[in-house]
Amino acid sequence: MLQIESLKVFHGPIEAVHGIDINVPEGKCVTLLGTNGAGKTSTLSSITGTARATGTIRLDGEDISRLSIEERCKLGIALSPEGRRIFANLTVYDNLIMGGATRRDKKQLTADIAAWFVQFPVLGERSSQRAGTLSGGEQQMLAIARALVSNPRILLLDEPSLGLAPQITAKIFEIIRDLKTLGMTILLVEQNASAAIEVSDYVYVLNTGTISSHGDASKFGDGTKLVDELTGVHR
Amino acid sequence: MDYVIQQVLNALSFGAEYALIALGLAIVFSIMGLVNFAHGEVIAFGGYSMIIVATLLTANPWVLMIGVLAFCVLASVVLERVAFRTVRRADLTTGLLTAFGVSIVLQNLFLLLGSPRPMAATQFIFLDQTLTLGNIRVSSLQIYETGATIIAIGLLMLFLRKTTLGVAMRAAALDFEMVRLCGIRANRVIAGAFAISGLLAGLACIFIMARRGSVAPHMGFDPVLTAFVACVIGGFGSLPGAVLGGFLLGITEVAVLVLLPQSYGGMAQAAVFTLVALILIWRPDGILSPALDKGDKI
Repeated sequence: MLQIESLKVFHGPIEAVHGIDINVPEGKCVTLLGTNGAGKTSTLSSITGTARATGTIRLDGEDISRLSIEERCKLGIALSPEGRRIFANLTVYDNLIMGGATRRDKKQLTADIAAWFVQFPVLGERSSQRAGTLSGGEQQMLAIARALVSNPRILLLDEPSLGLAPQITAKIFEIIRDLKTLGMTILLVEQNASAAIEVSDYVYVLNTGTISSHGDASKFGDGTKLVDELTGVHR
Repeated sequence: MDYVIQQVLNALSFGAEYALIALGLAIVFSIMGLVNFAHGEVIAFGGYSMIIVATLLTANPWVLMIGVLAFCVLASVVLERVAFRTVRRADLTTGLLTAFGVSIVLQNLFLLLGSPRPMAATQFIFLDQTLTLGNIRVSSLQIYETGATIIAIGLLMLFLRKTTLGVAMRAAALDFEMVRLCGIRANRVIAGAFAISGLLAGLACIFIMARRGSVAPHMGFDPVLTAFVACVIGGFGSLPGAVLGGFLLGITEVAVLVLLPQSYGGMAQAAVFTLVALILIWRPDGILSPALDKGDKI
């Protein structure tokens, strides 16, 4: 569904990603693994249109690399960003309204938000509370729910486990697994290798802006070997 | 008693005018970090539009009021499209200088196409009558001004809470890029902010014209400078702060005038700005400045 070819991403004059190819088939969960500064978030930013990039990005065969941020969102690309970036000054409900702002069927949107509140009961209980008062894990759920209410074709998840306690991280990965069974196409960016490999179908390893290896998730086992390689640990 | 009520109304109406203009500055600043010093020229443009409509069309004051509001919205939106959109991505200083530039260009256009001297436009003066309530005599204009401002603030609050565009504007004040990532067009949000800012300028213009009865090229600059101070007191970028700052400034100004002996009348401004300085020592970012981001929750 999403095909990326010879993608280079720039931050000012600096080239952060040096020409990579990524393919995300429909209904699959694909993971980008890598250490800090490997270019994972840059890659996602080039897909959403917030970073300057060259190369082609195709969604359902159509080249979207020249479209604006807003147009890409309307075509069905939704991002749950790194650091969550929820609207802390708005209520939980209004955050979801923002997520669904591109939808024309407002009645169906209200019904969908109600449905997501069943899926994420913590958010339902706090729907009229300011989002800034939520805990870190709840904010992450809100960021994911905000991306989902737009009814996206593909969901981009940028480090959903960042800064969360282990139990909450487990909960977030459970949510990702649930989304996969619902048939959602997911591009996941993670540092938590073992948990990410477990939920994914296919894995790309990004190392200082290039793909150092890729393959079916099963090829990477539980990820220990990979982490040792990336971090330079010799056991 | 009579005197006290008159002075309270005085303070409220001054405050209302400052609050209206300050809100117009704050709504644009909160979203795109631009201090729109050309806001005053939008107000002056409203005044000139009155003369144009009155000469070409009709001098019916109600039609003129709608005309002033419409022309101010139009002027504000056109300024955004022509001047500010092109420097949106530039440094904040560039935006500030652009605003000053636009302000100077417009003032000179008014000078060239209008007149360097004040031109009479007296259609709104009828709003200012002396009302006798029992044994209290008050100015009707002050009551209208305070009332209209409170209604406008109420409607603005409703808009910002209940409509998608309004909610998006509040969200954009926090994280504009994230709003765009939600598929909401940046141009729409910013044009919306400028339209509201223009509407508030139009409202302020009606009351300023009712008081002055004439329009002059530089008439918008002083009110905007005062409103800027109101924004600074209240906390720049905070809408409630702009309202609070506006009313606080109006009330202080009248209180200082009333409390200082007549012979010290010239000291009124100095006294007001001493108070402003004290407030800023107490709260350097303004009274209701948006809370600092205390970092990510873990």
